[in-house]
Amino acid sequence: MTDSPVAPVQVPGTVLTIRRTGAYHAMTLVAPGIAERFRPGQFVALAVGGERSSMLTRRCFFVREVKPDYGGTVEIVFAVRGTGTQWLAALRPRDILDVAGPLGRPFPLPRHPVRCVLVGEGHSGAALFPLAAVLRQRECAVHFVLGGAESEHVYGTRAARRVGDSTSVVTEDGSLGHRGRPEDLVAAVVEEAAAEVVYACGPTETLRAVSRIAVRYDLPVQVAVEEPMSCGTGVCQACVLPVIDDEGVTHMARSCVEGPVFRGERVRWDDLGTIPFDAYGAPRSVLPGSLS
Amino acid sequence: MTNLETRLGGLTLPNPVLTAAGCGGTGRELGRFFDVGRLGALVTPSLTPQPRAGRPGPRLAETPSGVLNAAGLQGPGIETFLSRDLPWLAERDARVIVSIAGGSVREYTEVARLLGDAPGVAAVEINLSCPDVENRGSTFAAHPSAAARLVRAVRASAPRRIPVLAKLSADVTDIVGVAMACADAGADGLSMINTLHGMAIDTTTLRPALAGVTGELSGPAIRPVAVRCVYQVHAALPEVPIVGIGGIRTGLDALEFVLAGASAVAVGTATLHDPSACARVLRELEGALKERGIDRLADVVGLAHKPAGSLHRRIDPNVGLTVAGDTAGAGGAEPIEQETSQ
Repeated sequence: MTDSPVAPVQVPGTVLTIRRTGAYHAMTLVAPGIAERFRPGQFVALAVGGERSSMLTRRCFFVREVKPDYGGTVEIVFAVRGTGTQWLAALRPRDILDVAGPLGRPFPLPRHPVRCVLVGEGHSGAALFPLAAVLRQRECAVHFVLGGAESEHVYGTRAARRVGDSTSVVTEDGSLGHRGRPEDLVAAVVEEAAAEVVYACGPTETLRAVSRIAVRYDLPVQVAVEEPMSCGTGVCQACVLPVIDDEGVTHMARSCVEGPVFRGERVRWDDLGTIPFDAYGAPRSVLPGSLS
Repeated sequence: MTNLETRLGGLTLPNPVLTAAGCGGTGRELGRFFDVGRLGALVTPSLTPQPRAGRPGPRLAETPSGVLNAAGLQGPGIETFLSRDLPWLAERDARVIVSIAGGSVREYTEVARLLGDAPGVAAVEINLSCPDVENRGSTFAAHPSAAARLVRAVRASAPRRIPVLAKLSADVTDIVGVAMACADAGADGLSMINTLHGMAIDTTTLRPALAGVTGELSGPAIRPVAVRCVYQVHAALPEVPIVGIGGIRTGLDALEFVLAGASAVAVGTATLHDPSACARVLRELEGALKERGIDRLADVVGLAHKPAGSLHRRIDPNVGLTVAGDTAGAGGAEPIEQETSQ
């Protein structure tokens, strides 16, 4: 909890704009108090369905951009995946919804100008743009690798070309840029750019692969996980991942308060969806050594 | 000023709104949204003697007006709680009710004993919905005798000054029987209800939505079940204080529990939806009492049990009443009937 630099706010947010962007929706909300507290990598938790909603869990989204206009705006990018996001997509300007944020541990930033590779897949790649803006201010080189299933699912290529020193695009069907997965390009970009730091945001498979590559090149890697969150505030314990702490002990860490940004090499990617036998507090009936 | 003070056994609380165990974190989470010292009390997640990593994911599924969870009581264990979390709560002057859990009577008593020496523990709540490994994994809450055995043991291990509350499950044929057994065994109060067993199947993956297959249902979906339980138990045991729990989302929901017989209420799943839910429910409850011309919360505990019109009433010309049928016409200036405890 101490990782969060300032306390979040919970405010009524007013929809300023909502528009399609490829396969996704981009929504800008006027939500005073969030912009000045926000740091790249943090997210907001939205209540969906109105005041008497039967949908009780919050929907959490990375922040694409904050601006000081109208007391503070927040832009998010989301994909319609269920009834909650359907409801969000049907909102119109001036509609009001409850917003809590900014939440979570932000991306740690380098103290010196370094060469960075930013890997994003799908709409989560939105989290990379506020990061890129801050990195540029610190005179870091920024090299983007953006991917998606097909061209519609690659987010932010134009913005990346504007702010990045280089932008590589990859789609699984080859409809935009290279054919393949983002991780197929990461090694080449890391070598070409002589990268010193890797940041990534996207689905688990991508983060796992990117973390491996970064470890192979002995580079620090910070990943923001998409793990579905239900409250965003740390009370429900639904979004846990096995993560190794500074003492080498694996904890079931909540993505919403201890994350969403983790050091890539600390997440036990191969043990996701399990309680590793050596995790802190794992059932004692399973003796170390009986599993490998 | 509405008097919201309430009593749970020997414990006096400035207001009746608590967090429900496992839904309010250990205070730090909600402390970022409101002052936890303003709560009637903070009820901790259920604590066990040893740390617990919980269950694998997916742990939680959203259901209509509810949440199904199988988190498996992930927690740091009692010692870490006492050294790390309790002092933080004490600094904020929060009243703390510690929920305790275990796999055997001995594990519960171990936790209760450790709590006895800790300053700042206002009460202990026994989570009776844990499987008893010594009784083929049947939960303590399922049988009056098993519940009584556990309550008696915990009551004996905790210092007399700390009230012990027993948290009951509604997944039983006769909750009144379990409640009576707990009260006889020395419970100073009853918290009810715990979550109901449930299950959801993901129609996309065609498999159970939770890794634990079945889970625990909470939220407004279970509220009528909870109100019924509180009503029945209060009717049978009017002298035993009850903490009403189950789907409370607004001040009026809280009032419903109070009318059924609850001396206090705990807000659970609503906190997932609205991190400031507890503070809001308290504000709304106070407003709802004021609107009805009720100036003492204690006066309306269990009021729904009394036949309409059989109450002691007094005329208060100063309070406008816009609810409750018999209505204030002329700008609320009309004298209204109001029940009091006198």
